[in-house]
Amino acid sequence: MGEKKGVWAFSENMELLKELLACGSPLAAKLDTELSAVLLGGDMKEKANELIKHGADRVLIVDNPNLRAFHIETCLAALTKLAKEKNPQIILIGATKNGKDLASRLATRLQTGCTPDCSQLFVDEEGWLTTKRIVFSGNAIVTASYLKTPQIATIPSRTFEKLEPHERTGNAEKISMSLEEPKVKIMKIEKMEATDVKIEDAKIVICGGRGVEKKEDFSFFKELARTLQGQIGNTRPLAEDRKWFSSWVGLSGKKIKPALYIGCGISGMIQHVAGMRDSQVVVAINKDPEAAIFEVADYILVGDLYEILPAIVQELKKTLN
Amino acid sequence: MPRIIVCLKQSVDVSQLKADPSTGRLVTAGVSRKISDFDKNALEEAIRIKEKNGWELATVTVNFEEVKASIREALAMGADKGFVVLDEALKGSDTWVTSSVLAKAVGKIGEFDLILCGEASIDGFSAQVGPRLGELLKIPVITYARKINITQKTVQVERVLEDQYETVEANLPALVTVTKEINEPRIPSLMAIMKASKKEILTWKLADIEVSAEEVGESGSGVRIRDVTVPQVGRKKIRIEGETAAEIAEKLVKELVKEGVVGK
Repeated sequence: MGEKKGVWAFSENMELLKELLACGSPLAAKLDTELSAVLLGGDMKEKANELIKHGADRVLIVDNPNLRAFHIETCLAALTKLAKEKNPQIILIGATKNGKDLASRLATRLQTGCTPDCSQLFVDEEGWLTTKRIVFSGNAIVTASYLKTPQIATIPSRTFEKLEPHERTGNAEKISMSLEEPKVKIMKIEKMEATDVKIEDAKIVICGGRGVEKKEDFSFFKELARTLQGQIGNTRPLAEDRKWFSSWVGLSGKKIKPALYIGCGISGMIQHVAGMRDSQVVVAINKDPEAAIFEVADYILVGDLYEILPAIVQELKKTLN
Repeated sequence: MPRIIVCLKQSVDVSQLKADPSTGRLVTAGVSRKISDFDKNALEEAIRIKEKNGWELATVTVNFEEVKASIREALAMGADKGFVVLDEALKGSDTWVTSSVLAKAVGKIGEFDLILCGEASIDGFSAQVGPRLGELLKIPVITYARKINITQKTVQVERVLEDQYETVEANLPALVTVTKEINEPRIPSLMAIMKASKKEILTWKLADIEVSAEEVGESGSGVRIRDVTVPQVGRKKIRIEGETAAEIAEKLVKELVKEGVVGK
């Protein structure tokens, strides 16, 4: 594996970066090497301390005016330079959409491999990183390992639990570098409609699919969501085909892992299942007794969601009072 | 004439996959192949740009097994010409090798103004080949497009991210990956299918694009697949039945309280 040493973690999302440290910590221990967090941008002292508390042995800080606002190209240039100078053996990157883009291009510049969306990572007997991830729309798990270094992997949010913060010592190292202006210019950023709690963080999710006839029918869901203090989700067709929503739960959308998932009028396409398979308890309501969602459900309710949902709300109100 | 190149992956039809019950391994043999969903969106977008601006449209595909039927479909939809790198040595290639071979193929195709790819393939879903290809060609890369606007010299794209839309601009030539929501791919008419049979599909071996067998497959890759298994979902699959909705609801809520996910 040459002289490459060290496990690195980078994400433009601070919370995800802490999760990456939780993922990287046992890998660094097994390899008897340092775990470093990479911070790109200004105003980093407080963040560096926080990352040390969450498991980083070292924080590599690149402070450059071009890094203050996130841009894939400047991050890519900074990470490439850093990695070429310091030769880490593993680089973990948060699998946001930008993070996955960044990781693919970093791997190309460093002439190495990258495994995306890893859910498990470990070091094999020979010291190579081995990863597991879901492919074929949730139908298979691929185990892969590396043939070249650095070994780059991306990890989705909420795959690893952050470590409990505690006071520990670590080094913050400042590195200065010059960076070129990016080729792609960002003209405008427009936030999507925000709900109060992110669905990824919700304890209870009530999800609607094509069996919901009109957008207004989500009022049934709202009542149930209020009663349970849960969040409402939907499948991709309701967002893309019917344009009712701008996001969805699924392989290419949000990945949720609530304590309770209630799927209503959802057929159970594998793409959707890939986004909710980690739910603790799954309830599925569908008119079709053969619906595929029932294969991945704990409680199967064959029937009309327009009758069953209000009945559940009533029953819950009785129980919860 | 300006030229668009669309990268098409032929993937397995994931809805038809099955597990071998004795080994728990996935069976891909005999499962039908098709153009990966998002690549079809890239192709549709390219056809629209072609129709509006009169550009030439070529497709490029890299594979170790036969892809002709998929390329014929792309030609029927509206592509002018299909380029295929077909070589058994490509088996076991990772995204790095695939993008390197695509870069060589694009180099042989010649000048281009825009490359379109799907955001990811429907089987591997790694979302790597597009950005890697752009990087190898040293051109601007824009991922996750839901809207593309072309002028003579620039491309303007609306990107869809987790919680925001981003409008970006770059000079041509550039590479853009598209999401499913950008368009609805057309279904070619019978007439178009017949006409497409006269269009050209050019097939190259690795040697034709000056790539050696050692540079591809597992020996050239950064990552190798060790195993493919089917995930076990241990679900209870309890059917809750009753005469009325109220009865079903009552039984369900009792179970949910027992599970500890409702109440308190």
